[in-house]
Amino acid sequence: MTAEPLLAILVGVLFATATYLMLRRSLVKLVIGLILLSNAANLLIFATSGLTRGAPPLIPEGMLTPEGAVADPLPQALILTAIVISFGVLAFAVVLIHRAYEVVGADDLDEMKDTDT
Amino acid sequence: MLFAILSIFVVAALAPVVHRATGRHSGWVLALLPAALFVYFASFLPAVVGGESVRLAWQWMPGLDVQFSFLIDGLSLMFALLIAGIGVFVVSYAGRYLEAHRDLGRFYVLILSFMGSMLGLVLADNIILMFIFWELTSITSYLLIGYNHEDLKARKAALQGLIVTVGGGLALLAGLVLLAMAAGSWELSEILAGEDSLHEHALYLPLVILILLGTFTKSAQFPFHFWLPNAMAAPTPVSAYLHSATMVKAGVYLMARLNPELGGTELWTWTLGLFGAVTMFTGAWMAIQSTEIKKLLAYSTVMALGTLTMLIGIGTPYAAMAGAAFLLAHSLYKGALFMLAGSIDHGTGEKEVPNMGGLRHAMPLTAAFSVIAALSLAGLPPLFGFVGKELMLEAALGAPDALAVVLPLLALGSAILVVAVAAIVGLRPFFGARREFKRTPHESPGAMLAGPAVLSVLGLVLGLFPALAQPLVAATAMSIHGADPGMELKLWHGINLPLGMSLLSLAAGLVIYRFWDSVRAGIGRGMAPAMRIAPERGYERFMDGLVWFSDFQTRVLQNGHLRTYVMVTMLTTVALVVGTFAALGGFEVSVRFDDILIHEWVIVALVALAAMFVATTNSRLAAVASLGIVGFGVALIYVFFSAPDLGITQVLVETLTVILLVLVLFRLPGFLKFSNPLTRVRDVIASLAVGVTMTAVLMATLGVQYFPAISEYHIAESEPSAYGRNIVNVILVDFRALDTLGELFVLALAAVGVYAMIKFRAEDRKS
Repeated sequence: MTAEPLLAILVGVLFATATYLMLRRSLVKLVIGLILLSNAANLLIFATSGLTRGAPPLIPEGMLTPEGAVADPLPQALILTAIVISFGVLAFAVVLIHRAYEVVGADDLDEMKDTDT
Repeated sequence: MLFAILSIFVVAALAPVVHRATGRHSGWVLALLPAALFVYFASFLPAVVGGESVRLAWQWMPGLDVQFSFLIDGLSLMFALLIAGIGVFVVSYAGRYLEAHRDLGRFYVLILSFMGSMLGLVLADNIILMFIFWELTSITSYLLIGYNHEDLKARKAALQGLIVTVGGGLALLAGLVLLAMAAGSWELSEILAGEDSLHEHALYLPLVILILLGTFTKSAQFPFHFWLPNAMAAPTPVSAYLHSATMVKAGVYLMARLNPELGGTELWTWTLGLFGAVTMFTGAWMAIQSTEIKKLLAYSTVMALGTLTMLIGIGTPYAAMAGAAFLLAHSLYKGALFMLAGSIDHGTGEKEVPNMGGLRHAMPLTAAFSVIAALSLAGLPPLFGFVGKELMLEAALGAPDALAVVLPLLALGSAILVVAVAAIVGLRPFFGARREFKRTPHESPGAMLAGPAVLSVLGLVLGLFPALAQPLVAATAMSIHGADPGMELKLWHGINLPLGMSLLSLAAGLVIYRFWDSVRAGIGRGMAPAMRIAPERGYERFMDGLVWFSDFQTRVLQNGHLRTYVMVTMLTTVALVVGTFAALGGFEVSVRFDDILIHEWVIVALVALAAMFVATTNSRLAAVASLGIVGFGVALIYVFFSAPDLGITQVLVETLTVILLVLVLFRLPGFLKFSNPLTRVRDVIASLAVGVTMTAVLMATLGVQYFPAISEYHIAESEPSAYGRNIVNVILVDFRALDTLGELFVLALAAVGVYAMIKFRAEDRKS
């Protein structure tokens, strides 16, 4: 066991702050909460599979398998997909919010409140 | 056999094409299919009559014990012949009856699919297969009842039928699974052949109750009888087929099928006997009060279904024989009567019996066949209905215990009413003074008379020569009873109590017919209070309650406030996780903080502080900047722990994210304090609960590994098989390439969405 307990605490902090932001009525805070949430989820997967220092899952040139034990590549592949997907979602969400704000109108913050509540 | 069943569905799919190609003769062309099936099923007759049962099986899902297995014995063959035989006439009849309807092609699709489902249901040996066909009949019947979908009444009736039968179907599924568990087999033939009786089994009571819920709803037994008369909103051929001869008998079929295994207990005898008898009487009682000819017939069908249920419940050899004979007799005359009622409607445009009269001149053939079929319904010699009725009365008298008193009384009461009903539908429209009709009455075309002619005359022939029906009826009774009842069908039983009851019912029934109008009015007044507590009111209350409940839970759970959803989702997760921990008696934490390097402490602390700052700051710029710290910090964590690819990706994405946020967020208004301090305290508590839970989950899973990692394979095969040295990349583009392709689609979709939103905004501005 290396730094997993430390990461466990960090994951908790990220989840808590993400939840708190998503419970706000501001749309912008919701988006920021989403970003934190995806980071938290990625770290959660990363930490559950066990942490390894200084042994990336690479195979040295001319070899068929890595030398010695390496970090588990599968969670990394999953997280890589997740990072990219969550960026796609984020881009979409940000434009959507901007658009919603434009439609509702800048002056009428009460209405803006209605859309985002 | 499998081919025979599947061929129906194939033809059903092609039916609209056939219809277009053959025009007004499409009914006859498509009727060739059930005719061919009838001949095919008839080829099993010699074997089945000889006391054999044929079993045919094809593998479907061997691992789940589900297979296409079919069982052909007396009972299923009787049903299959009725379904295919009456199907011939229903399809040809529909070809003319619905000639002018624009959706006739669709009708063929539905009625043929229904036929296939029904045949599958009665022939299936595998319980799951049977259940699938059972549900298919409910669904096709829903579509057929609601065939005139522009009519609100038809749609309501269709939904009612569906909800009642499918609701019962759910209970049935549970019951069948229990049955299979108790008997240790999914094949009906094996369950029936099983040595051990299920009577003493612990699951006997629940499984009987659940199965009976299914069969009672399907076969419109009291108190679920109300859906059947409403289903008369369907076109007449459907009523003739589904709601008299076939679908509603599915429940009866299943009870008859399981009778040898489940029957013989007091529970079975009393439940079926009493509910059947009450249904029988209720049906007859309601029939006499109806004025619409199809309603009259529908309630008399309810009465017949009650009779059959009662006979299965009684369980004596006599009752089995009576049930088989009554089943055959009823299918013949009821199919004929429904089609004739449709002919009257078709020829005159009139549905109300009190407005009819004197049609014998305009519709002589319709009148003749109606009289024959009605005589069979009334149970008069020399029709086959008489044979069935005599046996039924005899069987009711032979019921065990106190039922021997109750059942004959109810049977006599129903018999009296049924005589009146038979006279109302068989005599009233055709005799007496000639009436004026909306259309000039005219005789129906050949295609619409063929069915009633064959079915009603068959009732007469079998009545005169019961020996013709003897082999199949005896084989059916054998399946119902489980052993050969060893009886002969006879027209003349000698002078005995049932004959006396018959004579009494005839006389009393005719008296009621004579004074029908005043009887109806009298009953109508007397019944008004009772109608308020009728079972259909219960159904309506239930439906209202359902609507009220979904309204209520939508208001509570889906109130349009996103933060409520977030709160509910998160807290539910927390509750479930904590509940699981509590149920497992907590977990062991063996964490040590000694093997952590100094830079790891620093970076983790930085990320945590930045995240907390994001959550609390009121400055947008500060929030975005701190978010950047979180992102890059996480990237560093990836790099520290041997995930360079993740680190690179995270840095790229994080850069883009910050740019995007800076570009867009500053076009939005600044953060406002929407919520009051109390709300914020509540939210902080909820968030902390989520955070602590997630930390606990992670702590609990550390050091637990139930399975060897599947990535061993990836590590070993990366270079030899996929020629890549970066294993993470190889997984993404090779081992899991299809997932990556899906991911690309998601990104492309998001890009299209973003582009569309920006583009439309530009266009809005121009306009």
